[in-house]
Amino acid sequence: MLRGDYGSAVALAMKLLVTLGDVFEAKKMIKVGSAQVSGISYQNIGDPGLRFIEDLSKMKAKAKVYSSLNPAGMDLKKWKEMGINEVFAEKQLRIINAFNRMRIEPTCTCTPYLIGNRPGIGEHVAWAESSAVVFANSVLGARTNREGGPSALASALTGLTPFYGYHLDGERKPTHIIRVEADVGDELGFSILGYAVGRMLGQGVPFFEGLGTPDQEELKALGAGLAASGSIAIYHIANITPESRLMTHNDVGSCEKITVENRDLSETLSRLSVEDDFNFVCIGCPHCSLSEIKRAADMLSGKKVRKRFWIFTSKMIHKEAVKRGFSKAIEKAGAEIIDDTCMVVSPLNELGINGVVINSCKAAHYVPSTCRLKVNLRNFEDCINEAIK
Amino acid sequence: MIRLKGRGVVGGVAEGVAVVSKEPISFFGGVNPKTGKIIERGHALEGVCVAGKVLIFPHGKGSTVGSYILYAMAKNKVAPAAVINVITEPIIVVGCCLADIPLVDKLDKNPVQSIKNGDTVRVLAYKGLVEVMDRC
Repeated sequence: MLRGDYGSAVALAMKLLVTLGDVFEAKKMIKVGSAQVSGISYQNIGDPGLRFIEDLSKMKAKAKVYSSLNPAGMDLKKWKEMGINEVFAEKQLRIINAFNRMRIEPTCTCTPYLIGNRPGIGEHVAWAESSAVVFANSVLGARTNREGGPSALASALTGLTPFYGYHLDGERKPTHIIRVEADVGDELGFSILGYAVGRMLGQGVPFFEGLGTPDQEELKALGAGLAASGSIAIYHIANITPESRLMTHNDVGSCEKITVENRDLSETLSRLSVEDDFNFVCIGCPHCSLSEIKRAADMLSGKKVRKRFWIFTSKMIHKEAVKRGFSKAIEKAGAEIIDDTCMVVSPLNELGINGVVINSCKAAHYVPSTCRLKVNLRNFEDCINEAIK
Repeated sequence: MIRLKGRGVVGGVAEGVAVVSKEPISFFGGVNPKTGKIIERGHALEGVCVAGKVLIFPHGKGSTVGSYILYAMAKNKVAPAAVINVITEPIIVVGCCLADIPLVDKLDKNPVQSIKNGDTVRVLAYKGLVEVMDRC
């Protein structure tokens, strides 16, 4: 591959993987089951990224394994309704078309695991979206490093990744025991807990005790928080996540112990959230699951929103929501389901928005810098109540 | 001539005038890919052009989009001739790899201290070798 026998794009991809492998002292390359590529939004990668992706697609590269994309900067169909300008849209579509030519599916979601891409226990993958990395490693027991856009793309084109980091047993063992003595409650609580612990640790592998039996949405929120404030790639929850059951006393005994209390959570919340009257409410960071959309539909049924209210998800979940009639209640209330994008990677700052009400610490972490907007954090129900108030 | 030995990460040979930053560099938002100038507010090298220079800094920082900035700089012919890091990290590794910029790190002496702005530096990245020419 490196020699160019499979074309110049594969040679460049292989050069990138070999170089990264050398830097991280990987002993070999391993096959991956899928790749998930980030750095899709024109808002983030701009002309330099567009140029690289188009150049690569012109070298006639094709994905070797099933590969999908992270969210783009707009709904690929409804961008006009979103208020996106034509120059932005044209460049965003060029990026998507270039990926399409490389046979990478334009699913554009940060939650590939909600739409059927659920790698099995021990399966090696090369995923780039930080919250999906954490979900794959922790909840599914699959194995991936926190890839960057180009390295995940290189894995898509070669079907390979260097064998280091979280692909190895040793790197997945806990480094810290997190004793949760706080009332975590709902998704927002899990999001705050994740963000607080990610900030305390910076890096490492937290092992949570005292978390009860969280549902899928809470696990998704926890991982997204951890990966936003720290470079966390995996967590364990006692008796819940698959690898927690394999931990021995030795693995856990030598770890540093940290207790998280209610005041740690309230301190984190006040650090991220601003109390103000904002004209935009959204949910879907990470992208909403079908059950979250159903909850929103139930709450919005027979109501009218008085503020712009967007629900971010993938097109597949949206399609399913249409089929089951959830989207009808949402649209009737004046809210919108927006596909392929989210508040973190779209140009919200150009849409006449004065601030964002949201239920995700990950979004609260990024939106002030990517969109220069302030954020008010509320839980799921309060976000919807704020929209219909 | 001073010789420093380290690890060649991305191969190649280059020679140029040294631009030394004691602070990390974020290429995304910190460097203009059209001009090659450092634009990060308050950075010690703000306004300095790195095109064709041997750029020496501790390591990268900021967004991973920085890799694409290095690629665009190379396409716009304003990339550094070579990069020397104290200890490199993935943003710079990927960027130099895509842009074909020789990259060396882990030298036996700290390059940020032992190489001065304006020194002429030869980088033999395939050997992990850096030569600093005598100052006259």
